Amino acid sequence: MAAIDNRTTGYRQPAGEGLADWVARRGAGFWIVAALLAAMPLIASPFWLVQIIAYSLILGMIALSLMFLAGYGGIVSLVQMTVAALAGYLVAILGDSAVTQISLKWPLWAAVPLAVFLAALFGALSGALSVRTEGIYTIMITLAIASAFYYLTLQNYTIFNGFSGFNGIVPPVFLGVDWRGSQAFYYLCLGCAAIAYGVVVYVSRAPFGLALQGTRDNPRRMAALGFDVVGHRIAAYAFASVIAAFAGVLLVWFQGQISPGTAGIGPVIDVLIIAVVGGLSRPIGPFIGALVYVLLRTFSLDLLEGFGLDGKRYQLVIGLGFLVIVLFSPNGLVGIYERLRERHERSRESRASAMRIGGGAP
Amino acid sequence: MSAAPQRVSSAGSANALELRGVSRLFGALAALSDITLSVRPGERRAVLGSNGAGKTTLFNCITGDFGPSSGVIRFFGEDVTAFPPHERIRRGLRRTYQISSLFAGLTVLDNVYLACRGVSRNRLSLLRPRRDDALTHAAESLVEAVHLMAVKDRLVGELAYGQQRQLEIALALSGAPRFILFDEPAAGLSPTERRDLVHILTGLPGHIGYIIIEHDMDVALRVVESVTMMHNGRIFKEGRPDEIESDPEVQELYLGGGDVGADHVGGGHG
Repeated sequence: MAAIDNRTTGYRQPAGEGLADWVARRGAGFWIVAALLAAMPLIASPFWLVQIIAYSLILGMIALSLMFLAGYGGIVSLVQMTVAALAGYLVAILGDSAVTQISLKWPLWAAVPLAVFLAALFGALSGALSVRTEGIYTIMITLAIASAFYYLTLQNYTIFNGFSGFNGIVPPVFLGVDWRGSQAFYYLCLGCAAIAYGVVVYVSRAPFGLALQGTRDNPRRMAALGFDVVGHRIAAYAFASVIAAFAGVLLVWFQGQISPGTAGIGPVIDVLIIAVVGGLSRPIGPFIGALVYVLLRTFSLDLLEGFGLDGKRYQLVIGLGFLVIVLFSPNGLVGIYERLRERHERSRESRASAMRIGGGAP
Repeated sequence: MSAAPQRVSSAGSANALELRGVSRLFGALAALSDITLSVRPGERRAVLGSNGAGKTTLFNCITGDFGPSSGVIRFFGEDVTAFPPHERIRRGLRRTYQISSLFAGLTVLDNVYLACRGVSRNRLSLLRPRRDDALTHAAESLVEAVHLMAVKDRLVGELAYGQQRQLEIALALSGAPRFILFDEPAAGLSPTERRDLVHILTGLPGHIGYIIIEHDMDVALRVVESVTMMHNGRIFKEGRPDEIESDPEVQELYLGGGDVGADHVGGGHG
């Protein structure tokens, strides 16, 4: 039975916690990463800023939505990439794109919220179809929904514009900022990812998240405590799908276009791989997994050609990396980090106790 | 939710629990056949019978863990036969499990807190409670009631067996229970822990009725006012504890007789 997430001081907010306590409780590593991310435009080129880091943050959010369901709810849903793709499509359809005969040219404030809402609703309905099943059957049903959506976008021309999809979708000018600029777009992605991360961390220890972990560990007992297990899982799908939908909006702005390839089985599996490689036990895992994935995808071509191999085989590198990580650590990269830290602490403790006993013998 | 006619509970007139012709089949095996049983509000009853007599199946039908194959179950007058478990729990029904069914990765207090949340209106809250939250106080007083205050912040997985059994009871007392099903609460407890258990059961507020499945006669007959004997999925005898104890047929079948078979008085003193 997996342990309920109880690593911090508990889910209750201390009564009179000040800002200083809050800052201290996050730890040094958290603030170093936060500062680094905030200062990134000063050190990184526009290519790194957008193509590597912003892209990682977007994929990380989609994988985070999968991690929330899988890590806290024990539900492996392959439909999260589809939710993101649907939100992206809806932004293209309701908003503006180069395909003028379909796009409705609604203003941003109407198109984006409706796109997110409809995509989240789609996610919740997919959840309603699959929550009564478990394990491999949930995977099969969500995979079926994902491939059905892929073929719909491929074959439907009246709404989804078939094979060619939509192009010419640009991030808007909003609040006086042109979000097309690499710095602005980077901060937009960073802001959304930070909010998504913070909300998942917070909710995981609020009654909703705690009860979700209860339904993962002991669904029958949860029902005997008055919880509606099926309803709770559907609500979790809806919650996770909101995150995936926002990521989908960012994704379509990042790509500037959307076509069936975005919703294909390849990307669906990639999101699963990202979440598993990063680690399903903590919300930071998906972001680490996404960064590794994007780096491998971007640079394995040069790397392979450096070894005199065909550069198109980058999937091979990703596949091998996935195998190695999963073989060595079921909890992904986060699990490896935790094990290393544990070992380090243990060796430091044993050194300290040896010093006490031996008094510093040679 | 249910198509069957519902009679809303009118205090006093309706039985706390009423079963009419309840049967449960597992394939061709009748685990329960034609059980008719009524328990008044506040009444405390023991269900006795050898292993395989259908006692736990009876509990599972009452809580809705699985539905009966036929028959009607009313809870305070309301037909709950088609209700899912959580709907019955929200109406004041509670149960404990024969094998402790807890959240091992959570602390004692958080287990009870989760139980209090489950029957509260804010069970789906996305907001974290503050430390002085009313449900936290409710959870603490329940932990107190089952004598676990000393270990309230320990993980349940680290507790001694007897303490886990006591925690089972605390979970069943969360919210405002009207009727509780105790499934072998004394199994595996030491004599001292059994005395504590009797103390907790007899100390429950008078309006809370319960049914207890228990093999230990010393516990069972001291905490109830009526007894139902089950055998092979049927009700075999009902009466006051002293009547049951002195009934020759019961003694033959269950309380000793020697020639009844290997399955009599299972596990009571294990």
